[in-house]
Amino acid sequence: MTARTGARIKGGVGESTYRSDGIPKVDGTFIYSSDMYMDRMLWGATLRSPHPRARITKLDIGPALAMTGVHAVLTDDDVPGRKTYGLEHPDQPVLGSESVEYWGQPIAVVAADDPEIARRAVDAIDVEYEVLTPLTDPIEAERLDSVFKRQRCRRGAEKRRGMVAVEGYYEVGMQDQAPLGPESGLAVPDGGGGVDLHIATQWTHIDHEQIVACLGLADDQVRIHHSGVGGAFGAREDVSLQIHLCLLALHTGRPVKMVYSRSESFVGHVHRHPALLWYRHEADADGVLRRVEARIVLDGGAFHSTSSSVLSNAVYHAAGPYRCDSVSVEGVAVKTNNPPCGAMRGFGAVQSCFGYEAQMDKLADAIGMDRIEFRIRNALQRGDPLATTGQVIETSMPAVELLERVRGMPLPEEGASEDPRLLPGGTGLTTPGASVRRGVGYALGLKNLCFSEGFDDYSEARVCITPFGVEVHTAAVEVGQGLGMILTQIARTVLGIEDVVVYYDDTSKIGSAGGTSASRQTQMTGGAVLEAAKMAREIALTRGNGDELDDAGVWRGGELVTPMSELVGGKPIEYHIRFHHPPTEQPDENGQGNLHVDFAVAVHRAVVDVDQELGLFRVVQIDTVQDVGFMINPRSVVGQIEGGVMQGVGLATLEEIVIEKGVIKNPTFTDYLLPTFLDAPRIEVQVVEERGAFGPFGAKGVGEPPTVSSTAAVVAAIRDATGLELNRTPVRPEHVALAPVQAGRHP
Amino acid sequence: MRIHAEVNGEAREFETKGSESLLFVLADQLGLPGAKGACEQGECGSCSVMLDGRLVCSCLVMAVDVDGSEIVTVEGLGRSGLHPVQKALVDSGAVQCGFCTPGFVVAAAALLDENPVPSSDEIREALSGNICRCTGYGAILRGLDSLAGNR
Repeated sequence: MTARTGARIKGGVGESTYRSDGIPKVDGTFIYSSDMYMDRMLWGATLRSPHPRARITKLDIGPALAMTGVHAVLTDDDVPGRKTYGLEHPDQPVLGSESVEYWGQPIAVVAADDPEIARRAVDAIDVEYEVLTPLTDPIEAERLDSVFKRQRCRRGAEKRRGMVAVEGYYEVGMQDQAPLGPESGLAVPDGGGGVDLHIATQWTHIDHEQIVACLGLADDQVRIHHSGVGGAFGAREDVSLQIHLCLLALHTGRPVKMVYSRSESFVGHVHRHPALLWYRHEADADGVLRRVEARIVLDGGAFHSTSSSVLSNAVYHAAGPYRCDSVSVEGVAVKTNNPPCGAMRGFGAVQSCFGYEAQMDKLADAIGMDRIEFRIRNALQRGDPLATTGQVIETSMPAVELLERVRGMPLPEEGASEDPRLLPGGTGLTTPGASVRRGVGYALGLKNLCFSEGFDDYSEARVCITPFGVEVHTAAVEVGQGLGMILTQIARTVLGIEDVVVYYDDTSKIGSAGGTSASRQTQMTGGAVLEAAKMAREIALTRGNGDELDDAGVWRGGELVTPMSELVGGKPIEYHIRFHHPPTEQPDENGQGNLHVDFAVAVHRAVVDVDQELGLFRVVQIDTVQDVGFMINPRSVVGQIEGGVMQGVGLATLEEIVIEKGVIKNPTFTDYLLPTFLDAPRIEVQVVEERGAFGPFGAKGVGEPPTVSSTAAVVAAIRDATGLELNRTPVRPEHVALAPVQAGRHP
Repeated sequence: MRIHAEVNGEAREFETKGSESLLFVLADQLGLPGAKGACEQGECGSCSVMLDGRLVCSCLVMAVDVDGSEIVTVEGLGRSGLHPVQKALVDSGAVQCGFCTPGFVVAAAALLDENPVPSSDEIREALSGNICRCTGYGAILRGLDSLAGNR
């Protein structure tokens, strides 16, 4: 008889276990979508519009088709099913035919023996354009009613009630997700008219839905396999080369691989919406926020993508995590001939936060109150209604605790270093240390978690107990965040069995897990695995006639009564579930309702050194406290927070897709600057673990909140060091050195 | 053109048309996809390999130019068990999407060959040619600091 100790399972929830893909990723053997090879494989390439708006007057593929080594050149005529696709609205042509509406829009695709021939074939396609004037100004687009969506939130009395009022206008530049793995995939015809696509994506089933529609095939003729993903951050929510690859594979009857170059990647996926914002905040002299008014204009670019949802999110988050019972927010997402915009980490909440947090500083200053104290006085708490939508917050909402905690974190040592690596400008352009001034800025941000506004958000999972261990099956996509490890830890904890393997099934083997987006997979697929594992455990206990389960089998009263070999030797235990989160509502005509299922907050304090004369700045340190519910894997939570903070620092200091008349001027990593190791501040992370409303063990999604407010905190710190208004992000050297030149525009 | 080179300690030969990068040939002809293509212009370091003892971006090296050279890729560093850098990066949680990781492994190994006990700032400077989009560099620094005995 073996005595059961009741010891905690090794590698369960709450432990910083290691991820199973860690070693293959450090030794170079992990296979990404860009690493796949097959015999007789062809290479694909794409002809793209060199104009942001034009009519196609001639499109002759003959010269390309005639080239040796070219196997297919496909255009709109070759799209057998629906000619358009789109994540929420199918408005984007698979291949542009009569006209093109943005710079880089695909017009034709080629399959050839090698990538070089494919590229030359693209160049050989004879295409002529009648160039038209692009619509690139979002304000002009709104005036012309070129609009994807308008969204408002109106709540409370309309009259102005505060004693103190501040106004401001703000502008956020277009940020790129810049995942290091380029768009890539391999499509393999199945010989029976169908196709298997191996692809780096964020949601295999939503790709599948769009692909079968455009191919005109039945659901079971197309299988989407989740391949190794080199980062995503929203860039892989929309279809890029998926449909093109399947078309080429079906047309040639051969496997076709395509990998975008970095420059192509900049036009191959949607970006963070650039935003124009206007705000008016009013408060009592004693520091109670009385009214928030805002107007938000997002440039959605040429096609819809998720512009409607991003706009809604920007509007619902427009007042931030603050109580206020009188709110009026008007938002509009416009259609232009700029590059299409859609999902990026933070999804609309980033743009609003840049505005409302600048306003909170201004208002505190106008009242003569400490900026943190002012925030604490107005911070949203559990039981309060969200200022914009009126939804009563029923999840944990530790905003006050975050603010108090971050205020108490130690500041870095004062005084500029002598080491050029630690000075603004770094080793290249070094400032004299004596002219460096230090600024400190704070920002508190709010982010909804999981899908909202009545969307039927669910995830399917199957948990199997076999003689060889536990299998977890899901279609959820691991983009690098460590989901496989989280699911493993949850299954181990529930089942008491250490040997767990996660299988990422293709779309034919299991239903949708929803997207790896909206910070939702830990809660949704984690929730599905939790519930399925609980049911599998119940079945095991019943079958094994006991009250405890572990690696050895089923136990009763401390005695092993049914060994594992006996329990599942004949027939594995299997439980399949479709897990839904509590339902949400659609907004009424004033944007009111219980639209969201969960929220998280994070606060950031940025310390920045600035040489105002040279316009140089260096982010020295970011201190952050985040509301995480419960940490299933603490090391992974810290990793998500640090990485998310850095993307926010990038948007504050470096990152912007520069567009002139609809053309991207910097579509390379030479010209679109990402923070390097030397740009990286020290990041001090603390968390508050107050269990959330749902989600396994009270866990909340942690991916997006660090990106929501870190940008605002960094710009606040530069304002603090310089006294400048700085109403636009990213801050450029000329905004600091050539003040009072102001870059932002009134919407 | 037929090119001969020593790759990860083995004599290898391959054919190139002359227009291909070393990065492309490593994956396409030598079955070594560890070095990663992310920017194709030497900005991100994901394709880092050692060429005759020098750290290079393999996207910037023409395959035709490596005839007679010695090349070490990330696959070569871990051939007899994990290299200490590889182990340190796994232990510190420095791997998320992992696309930049092979480049960091090769560049960090090159740094430690030259300077076995770099300071934190020396590590940051030496690896400033490698971009990571996921981690914010914190876990990478913690892993390499622990190897160098910092803090």
